[in-house]
Amino acid sequence: METDYVIIGGGVVGLSVAWGLLRRGLTVTVLDGDDGSFRASRGNFGLVWVQSKGMNEPRYARWSQQSAAIWADFADEVADNTGKTIPLEQNGGLDLHFSEETLHATLEKYEKLKTQLDGDYPYEVLGHNALRKSEPHIGPKVVGAILHHQDGHANPLKLLVALAADVRRLGGRVLTGKIVTAVTKPDTFHISCADGTFFSSNKVVLSAGLGAAQLGPKMGFKTPVRPQRGQVLITEKLPKLINRPSLIARQVDEGGIQIGATNEEVGLDDRVTQPGLSGLAAEAIAAYPALARAQLVRSWGALRILSPDGLPIYQESAELPGAFLVTCHSGITLAAAHARLLPDWLEGNDAAPNLEVFSETRFDVS
Amino acid sequence: MKHVLTFLELESGPRVDVTWDGTALSLPEGSNLAAAMLAAGVGVFRHTPVSKAPRSPFCMMGTCFDCLVEIDGVTRQACMVEVTEGMVISQPQELGGQVNEM
Amino acid sequence: MAAAAEASELGLSVTIIDEQPRAGGQIYRDVDKVSPSRAPILGTDYTDGKRLTESLRQSGIEYLPGAVVWAIEDQFRIMYTCEGRGAQIQADRILLATGALERPMPIPGWTLPGVMTAGAGQILLKQSGVVAKKSVLVGSGPLLYLIAAQMVRAGTPPVAMIETQTRSDLGRALWHVGGALRGWRYIMKGLKMLAEITLARVPRYSGASDIAIEGDDAAKAVTFIYKGRERRIDCDIVFLHHGVVPNPQASRSLRISHNWNAAQQSFVPKLDEWGQSDVAGVFIAGDGAGIGGAKAAEQAGRLAVLKIAEDSALLSTQDRDLKAAPLRRELGRELAARPFLDTAYPPYIAALTPDDNTTICRCEEVTAGEIRGYAKLGCLGPNQTKAFGRAGMGPCQGRYCGLTVTALLADANRQSPDETGYYRIRAPLKPVTLGELAAMDDMVQNSAE
Ligand SMILES: Cc1cc2nc3c(=O)[nH]c(=O)nc-3n(C[C@H](O)[C@H](O)[C@H](O)COP(=O)(O)OP(=O)(O)OC[C@H]3O[C@@H](n4cnc5c(N)ncnc54)[C@H](O)[C@@H]3O)c2cc1C
Ligand code: FES
Repeated sequence: METDYVIIGGGVVGLSVAWGLLRRGLTVTVLDGDDGSFRASRGNFGLVWVQSKGMNEPRYARWSQQSAAIWADFADEVADNTGKTIPLEQNGGLDLHFSEETLHATLEKYEKLKTQLDGDYPYEVLGHNALRKSEPHIGPKVVGAILHHQDGHANPLKLLVALAADVRRLGGRVLTGKIVTAVTKPDTFHISCADGTFFSSNKVVLSAGLGAAQLGPKMGFKTPVRPQRGQVLITEKLPKLINRPSLIARQVDEGGIQIGATNEEVGLDDRVTQPGLSGLAAEAIAAYPALARAQLVRSWGALRILSPDGLPIYQESAELPGAFLVTCHSGITLAAAHARLLPDWLEGNDAAPNLEVFSETRFDVS
Repeated sequence: MKHVLTFLELESGPRVDVTWDGTALSLPEGSNLAAAMLAAGVGVFRHTPVSKAPRSPFCMMGTCFDCLVEIDGVTRQACMVEVTEGMVISQPQELGGQVNEM
Repeated sequence: MAAAAEASELGLSVTIIDEQPRAGGQIYRDVDKVSPSRAPILGTDYTDGKRLTESLRQSGIEYLPGAVVWAIEDQFRIMYTCEGRGAQIQADRILLATGALERPMPIPGWTLPGVMTAGAGQILLKQSGVVAKKSVLVGSGPLLYLIAAQMVRAGTPPVAMIETQTRSDLGRALWHVGGALRGWRYIMKGLKMLAEITLARVPRYSGASDIAIEGDDAAKAVTFIYKGRERRIDCDIVFLHHGVVPNPQASRSLRISHNWNAAQQSFVPKLDEWGQSDVAGVFIAGDGAGIGGAKAAEQAGRLAVLKIAEDSALLSTQDRDLKAAPLRRELGRELAARPFLDTAYPPYIAALTPDDNTTICRCEEVTAGEIRGYAKLGCLGPNQTKAFGRAGMGPCQGRYCGLTVTALLADANRQSPDETGYYRIRAPLKPVTLGELAAMDDMVQNSAE
């Protein structure tokens, strides 16, 4: 059976794109890995985040803002379609600082970015006392915070389940346990899987997260993505302790406090370590001392999918036209953009967003 | 909550006072807290954060976490704790806070 | 305990870490503390454990009671908490003797207060001298008879025993006994307990089906079908039991390979003849390696120690094998009864793949029907359903839903349990507070996203 698109990888990126294509009436097959695959979509922190993104590339800051702005509407649509809720809160987010120096250094960069974005970068600085008003449990070591009004957080797993359900409801074919091993283009695309099955399509999207590193080069992409481990903790469910999410901790809709994440270059090792967990716990307690008494219930390690500059890669293959590489670090934040805006670019419409700066050519050595 | 005694203590020894959800209980010193609470007629140890369903000890060996209580501010498994004088015990303050709809 | 004594005799330096405040494990729980009046209730098998706890005291082994291990990492750094403080020790080798858990028995109403495992009932009696006044025992297996007999001796016999095994199970099982003398001895022991139970006029309903527990805020009654008729028995306490399975938490967290064992209807770690796993240096003995019972655990622990002693050049290969031979013979005799017991007392089928409405994850309150629904959304394994529906994410870390989720998914996707797999287990194996964690820290910089 031939479909308009085969999407390789059914993480949040692949499913968002599949959803967007299906909404436009295209036929889509999603091929996804097995229970043992590395899945960033299941281990991430759940922030829908704008601040600190694209400090050196305003286009990325703008792309994140665009996605954050339409996130609620997108989530509502998926939720309405499936009857599944996708908890989301966009009341702003905090960047907590333990020293005046780091606070000022960050502010300087934000000011510069704000000018580049024509002033559309709504943040404010909260000193310790002001912060304490909205976060009564904040600790004395926190000197202040940057509150960015475009930030928020969501339940990334519920987004994933709802997307998985809605993609099927829209007629998408989603097959799990399908590891794609080769993609060729004799005339249409021919996609072969490890279990001997194959699929054909007019176009292919490679959104296999870390799996793209192997497959990408065979399809004419550079695919310079690497894993970076993030360890994450979650506590027992607690009464309301944290209002706004920060890069240190957030209270999830189920009540647990999620704390994260380490940044470790350890290859494909997604284990947790005591030093990692202890470091995170210490930092979270410095921010919210009441957490010292909270029980740790779970921890996990997940692998970020990082390009050399941390920005997304959107690239059509020169070797196999009609094959696209779509990969990014912030797949939760960008889910709405991938679902609502990216399909125009894949389809080559007039409405296509300009994604030049995200092409792989930026990694060419000149 | 009614206190029907569903369990029987076979032996009696020295007792100490503790408080459970604000009321006084006298429990055998050094005994297993979960067992002592059951024998004292405590029928519900906690309510689940998900559906608020009542729970009480299930495994008595530290594996099911249905005996969770708060002891002096820390959530602990009652079946893994020994009774000491003056313990302040309460139902754990678990809460599945819902994120506000925007 | 047995392994430690043997190891210290052979000149190895040994530390025992056990979360219980007193030695004995689940089976000989608090054996040193038990009052003389309770000893006859518990029987000589139990007081037998004193021999082991005494050897522990004499041997100069480092013994850390009340120490709760929450993580084991490479080169064997073992993280534990003890009296509210975090600590760690380093070891060249680890012998996991983390024992068994009762097989989860998800039936309607099993989360109600007043419903406990039969093992819990026994611990209440052994450790605290606390017995249920009006209880019903539900399930199958030798432990059910043991606790019933002990309750009879304590003067509080159960109101009824609702048993799930059938006559034909027993018939098939008798084929397995064959010439195994030790097997017969277990059977005789079983018969003696049954005689005690019968003498106390405890009604037994074997071959019961459609078992459910009634009650709003607490268990009030058990309903079931017996000989084609619906029955209802009032009670305050329900003790459930249909076998025990290896406690997989520590071995899984070390990413040791496990295989499905059809006879035991559970996963067991892959071990060599000395109990060494495929993570070099990690040995497993006792029920954690596959269910064999207390005596078998002792022999297996000693065998592992012989291999460790040989690896550490404290024992020649020849001496190791010489010492191992009688242990292996004894182990063989102990295990001879297993096929009989596994066949005679199979798990209650309806609790292996429960009805849609039955809660299977106690912590996050996920039903069997939800798991089947996630299978339809493409979930092939339990780590996917965990992300989709939270089963296995709660504080028990999947101990009481893991096997059920694997069974449900295997069934729904028509795959074997081995293909379906099991939860990934990670720290904390046991709860640890953030404060205890942080106290072990030397700060590093992180950022969440
Ligand atoms: C610790 C951590 C915290 C994070 N926090 C945030 C955050 O707060 N906010 C945010 O926006 N983002 C966050 N992220 C990033 C976000 O999780 C990722 O950007 C996103 O999940 C990537 O999704 P993906 O679909 O590309 O990859 P994945 O989720 O990894 O999915 C890839 C899929 O491809 C499949 N696959 C791989 N190879 C093949 C093959 N050959 N054939 C078929 N299928 C294949 C796999 O089975 C897998 O399902 C975080 C990431 C980490 C690790
Ligand atoms: S009763 Fe199960 S953990 Fe305490």
